Amino acid sequence: MEKRFVYADNAATTRVSKTALDAAMPFLTESFGNPSSIYSLGQKSAKAVLKARQDTAAALGAERAGEIYFTGGGSEADNWAIKGAAELGAAQGRRHIITTNFEHHAVLNTCAYLQKHGFEVTYLPVDENGFVTAAQVEKALREDTCLVTVMYANNEIGTIQPIADIGSLCRSRGVLFHTDAVQAVGHVDINVREQNIDMLSLSGHKLHAPKGIGALYCKKDIILPSLIHGGSQERGRRAGTENVAGIAALGAAITEAVGSMAENNGRVLRLRERLIDSILEIPQSRLNGSRSNRLAGNINVSFKGVEGESLLLTLDMYGVSASSGSACTSGSLDPSHVLKALGLPDAFAYGSLRLTLGDENTDEEVDYITEILPKIVAKLRSMSPYWDKLCKAEGIYDYVKDMEF
Amino acid sequence: MTYSTKVLEHFANPRNVGELDDADGIGEAGGAKCGDLMRLYIKVRDNVISDVSFKTFGCAAAIAASSVTTELLKGRTLEAAVKLTNDEVNEALDGLPEEKLHCSVLAEQAVKSAVEDYRKKHGTRPENGADNRYE
Repeated sequence: MEKRFVYADNAATTRVSKTALDAAMPFLTESFGNPSSIYSLGQKSAKAVLKARQDTAAALGAERAGEIYFTGGGSEADNWAIKGAAELGAAQGRRHIITTNFEHHAVLNTCAYLQKHGFEVTYLPVDENGFVTAAQVEKALREDTCLVTVMYANNEIGTIQPIADIGSLCRSRGVLFHTDAVQAVGHVDINVREQNIDMLSLSGHKLHAPKGIGALYCKKDIILPSLIHGGSQERGRRAGTENVAGIAALGAAITEAVGSMAENNGRVLRLRERLIDSILEIPQSRLNGSRSNRLAGNINVSFKGVEGESLLLTLDMYGVSASSGSACTSGSLDPSHVLKALGLPDAFAYGSLRLTLGDENTDEEVDYITEILPKIVAKLRSMSPYWDKLCKAEGIYDYVKDMEF
Repeated sequence: MTYSTKVLEHFANPRNVGELDDADGIGEAGGAKCGDLMRLYIKVRDNVISDVSFKTFGCAAAIAASSVTTELLKGRTLEAAVKLTNDEVNEALDGLPEEKLHCSVLAEQAVKSAVEDYRKKHGTRPENGADNRYE
């Protein structure tokens, strides 16, 4: 079998597309002017920023381009939205925030920071399939709730949350609603107006723009306090000379992603379903999170008796780049907070594998993973003292015992 | 976090993997927060570890630490075996990343546990040496 390179970690980051690169390149070379400058070189940059702002607004169904603020990435957008909403809330004596227990750390750690500064945070539990409901939010709402922040789609298991339901609930109760849509933009139909979203965070590098560029959508009537103070860029709300090349790339990439979404999703979904079917033929495996209402490219599986990092490194030796919510990859020793939130027993949670397919993946690559993965799992099981314990305890046939590796 | 070439080499080609059917001592260490579990099998001839193997559930560092430990153990007297330290394991791997140092501690514990198991089963005390079986 020939070793090949397969990139199956598109939720971690994506390759910069030719469209994005072409859009960025002039602003890294001859058109290097500062958008704040009055001369034509600067104005060329200012025009590019405006165009990208319009494109981003259009991709999200925003009413105005002025509702888009470019940031240094998704984490900054999350921090800004949450800390800003908290500040607005505190001014009215409202110091309660509602979120979920399986948010990205950009949200979780920002909420934890606010807890240290006098805010109360309710962390809604997700169900075993990876969803929260608007009813849960409704139950948690209080007089002093200033913000509800619920991710659009989960980064580890790809489950898509009922954003429109939560949006209309929050709108009717006069509570600000923010969604971390870093994994969703370009993969799911989003319309901030129809879905009653007040603030939305997105990241460029998840949709073929470069790293270091993101955006916050903030509805026009919300005067969000600044996170980064300084010059008057981004209409005085976010200081710092604009990352013109990154912004131009983001505008081009988001337009392309939304334009080709239906076609890409159809293709990627077919690949994913085929890969899930074949992976689940491996004994003692499970798919984490619901199979429906899930991002088209996301697969998150666990294998009993197999540890995640070993699995990833072995896959890497076969040329496959994937990811894990496992203890060891994140630097922390705990199993993934997302998998724990699903109620997964540790025996499964230590061995999770996330494969996130994108528009560049092919049938041949799925075939390749289908061929090598069962062998890798069997090899690691043959080395695993948990596996033989498990076989004895649960009367599982130890199929790896007599295999040669 | 980056692994040394030595760690990756041991992980890719682990030495002495599997069970020893006629092991004289079996040791386990683990239950650590990260969920790692290391099991060592030893065969003892004339107070010397004549054969050794392992089974490990864990990250690459845990598997590499197990693998290199089996190499360090083979041919050691039991007295020398229990003196194996996590530093020795760590050095033999050209250094583990800081957050993975506990894997070398796990190896040290598994060795001590295996020797203890041997002594329990064979009724020897550490100070008595090889030929002083009680049976």
